[in-house]
Amino acid sequence: MFWLNFANAQSFMPTQGTLIAERVDSLYSFLLISSLIACIILIGGMIYFVVKYRRKSENDKTPNITHNHFLEFLWSFIPLVLFLFMFAWGWHVYHDMRKMPENALEIHIFGKQWAWEVQYKSGAATSNLVVVPINTDVKLIMTSKDVLHSFYVPSFRIKQDTVPGRYSTLWFNSNKLGEFHIFCTEYCGTQHSGMIGTLKVVTQQEFDAWLEEESKVSTLPLADRGAKIFQVKACASCHSVADANVKVGPALWQQWGQQRKTSGGAMALNEEYTRESILNPNAKVVAGYNSNIMPSFQGQLSEIELAALIEYIKGLK
Amino acid sequence: MGTATTNPNVNYLTEFSGVKSWLLSLDHKRIGLMYMIAILFFFLIGGLMAMLIRLELFSPGPTLFSADTYNQVLTYHGAIMVFMVIVPGIPAILGNFFLPLQIGAADVAFPKLNLASWYVFMFGAILAFSTLFTTKIDTGWTFYTPYSIKTGTAVITMVLAAFIMGMSSILTGLNFIVTVHKLRAPGMTIYRMPLFVWSLYSTAIIQVLATPVLGITLLLLVAERVLGIGIFDPKLGGDPVLFQHFFWFYSHPAVYIMILPAMGIISELISAFSRKTIFGYRAIAYSSLGIAAVSFIVWGHHMFVSGQSEIAGVIFSFITMLVGVPTAIKMFNWLATLYKGSVSFESPMLYALGFLFLFAIGGVTGIMLATLGVDVHFHDTYFVVAHFHYVMVGGTLMAIMGGFYYWFPKMFGKMYDESLARITFVLIFIGFNVTFFPQFILGAMGMPRRYFDYIPAYESLNKISTVGSWMISAGFFLALYVIIRGITSGEKAPANPWGAKTLEWQTPSPPPHFNFDKKPVVTGGPYDYT
Repeated sequence: MFWLNFANAQSFMPTQGTLIAERVDSLYSFLLISSLIACIILIGGMIYFVVKYRRKSENDKTPNITHNHFLEFLWSFIPLVLFLFMFAWGWHVYHDMRKMPENALEIHIFGKQWAWEVQYKSGAATSNLVVVPINTDVKLIMTSKDVLHSFYVPSFRIKQDTVPGRYSTLWFNSNKLGEFHIFCTEYCGTQHSGMIGTLKVVTQQEFDAWLEEESKVSTLPLADRGAKIFQVKACASCHSVADANVKVGPALWQQWGQQRKTSGGAMALNEEYTRESILNPNAKVVAGYNSNIMPSFQGQLSEIELAALIEYIKGLK
Repeated sequence: MGTATTNPNVNYLTEFSGVKSWLLSLDHKRIGLMYMIAILFFFLIGGLMAMLIRLELFSPGPTLFSADTYNQVLTYHGAIMVFMVIVPGIPAILGNFFLPLQIGAADVAFPKLNLASWYVFMFGAILAFSTLFTTKIDTGWTFYTPYSIKTGTAVITMVLAAFIMGMSSILTGLNFIVTVHKLRAPGMTIYRMPLFVWSLYSTAIIQVLATPVLGITLLLLVAERVLGIGIFDPKLGGDPVLFQHFFWFYSHPAVYIMILPAMGIISELISAFSRKTIFGYRAIAYSSLGIAAVSFIVWGHHMFVSGQSEIAGVIFSFITMLVGVPTAIKMFNWLATLYKGSVSFESPMLYALGFLFLFAIGGVTGIMLATLGVDVHFHDTYFVVAHFHYVMVGGTLMAIMGGFYYWFPKMFGKMYDESLARITFVLIFIGFNVTFFPQFILGAMGMPRRYFDYIPAYESLNKISTVGSWMISAGFFLALYVIIRGITSGEKAPANPWGAKTLEWQTPSPPPHFNFDKKPVVTGGPYDYT
């Protein structure tokens, strides 16, 4: 029973959040049990033979067995049949992973160094947070803004690279409420391992309410809107706003109006310098930080959004 | 076949002396030793990088250094171990030394080219290490675009270094192919060649055919960075996934460059220490060639989630399953060789049995990864890291160690300390499993590879893994001591301490400059123990 329990994929795979995950785990259990049997035959056979046929004297005679067609046929044919069976089962599961559902809730995902930007059709946008309703087909339309990333939800057993210059897709239908990890599984530089998002499965009512709330951002006061953009554009993954801790870039908390040494001379953090640092980050890099780390947001922000960000940073006290 | 030397004190080590007699030597045995010294040094550096990686991962969050430093360390660990240790390891050291001896030749076909390969290799290696003193490289050993186009300029130097070392690999492969075809001793028909020779021959074919593709790919990457030609960069209309196709078209066959010679060594060891004819000689020989051929058309299994089409994934999964068959055949043949043998447990054999153990696990997990639906979950997680370490370290490195102890008496004319050598096996074998087995579980739990930091759920298994890495390194340092002590003060070795039947054991230890005092004439098979 211990071995059966050990071979039960659920014993160390993450929670199953979808039907596909259950099907992957059944296949995995089969592979695990077959592998255990194969290892018992190979390793057990080896140990049995070396103990039984250990050298008894220097003059041991060994038989001259060169081959055995029947045995060789068996140990080629049986693995072949097994491998083809595994292949077919694996294909079957994979095919259903790759067959995109029609009429799904479509969400756009942008991978970037180092956050997931999430854009809903209603206009709602989040960063590192995908909220979806339970028991609904969801289709992700994904691309990357810079280098390769890979969108991975362990609990759903799904993964797909996001590639700059093209779209890739992924779908799921979660039958479990809760929060699940999103990992980046294609190496993307400094904060690769920090590019962790949350996939939140909620009821349909909660989802509708959440989406409506998130879509109203344009009616908020300027600084609040800035706070929202700061999260959505993932500025917070590099700049701390609630304390003076240095993440990847300089902290912005209580910095408004302060003098700082930069590669372009001493600068006060004012409207002009903030605008330049967002649109052309390498122009004047604060001393002690590397250039070419922060991406340019040129063309990605409207004038009103820039103003909102500035008002937000101004108010960080 | 072998006869007593006219003067037993003259051998390839003592016939000439001085630094120049080594650096300009055309003797395949001396060149093999020169590779050995260089590669042992690279292995030490690559191994220290591995220790640093494991130390950093001992606890979540920054432990030793910053994320950027970690990414550099993991890149150097991978690039050094792949391009400078495991790919050249067996062919350049043990292959160089024993291929001519095993077929009864006085040297390789092109001795000057052989020496040139060493210099080309060393030039590439020094170029690669030079990046450690400039901007360093952080792309991972795979150089995936577009990251490798955007990051620091050291990429160009490193990529050129890999290109140059690839050139050395091609030259060595070419040399081996011609040597096997033209320099076999009288009576050494192809079916009398030791299986190590067969495996080196299969490897050489891959080296000659696949390495140029890597060369072209790396040059295109340099051109992309320097000239902006727009092949891989999506901003210029290029396709980053194309780079992955090119890269794996070489790097998958390269996996077999790493493992085939190891399988060759295992065939030698199992037969010699069972004192029994190898079971299924032709099946093993042809499965090497079969694996070499099929290895060219499985590269897409590295790209199941990269965005290649579903049908491409299905085809690559199917062909990958087919590679499993000749590999399984070899495993069963080795087992059948043990059957009714006279098995002894000197350290080379312990390493060979360790190989069978670890390769069985590496093999079945390879089948899991070839299965499409399951691979999507495991892809780019620690499951993959564990799998390829079981195959590359558990397989290739175990075989190098076993082969090294096996041929040590022949190479240096001395015996090493057998009981200490057995302890190195115990340390490395147990340490290896403690390090890498937990990584299968981490992968199943979803921990992605190349992670500087991880969520708390992964902590305990990472701690176990790090402790294992200390055991492995203790084992390797002890092995280094065993080697040095064996060379300096080992007992004198007889010509054939193991009672093996292949040709290299029929000449004195160490062999004379031209290997055999009298050209051998072969009248029987390589494993004629009855």
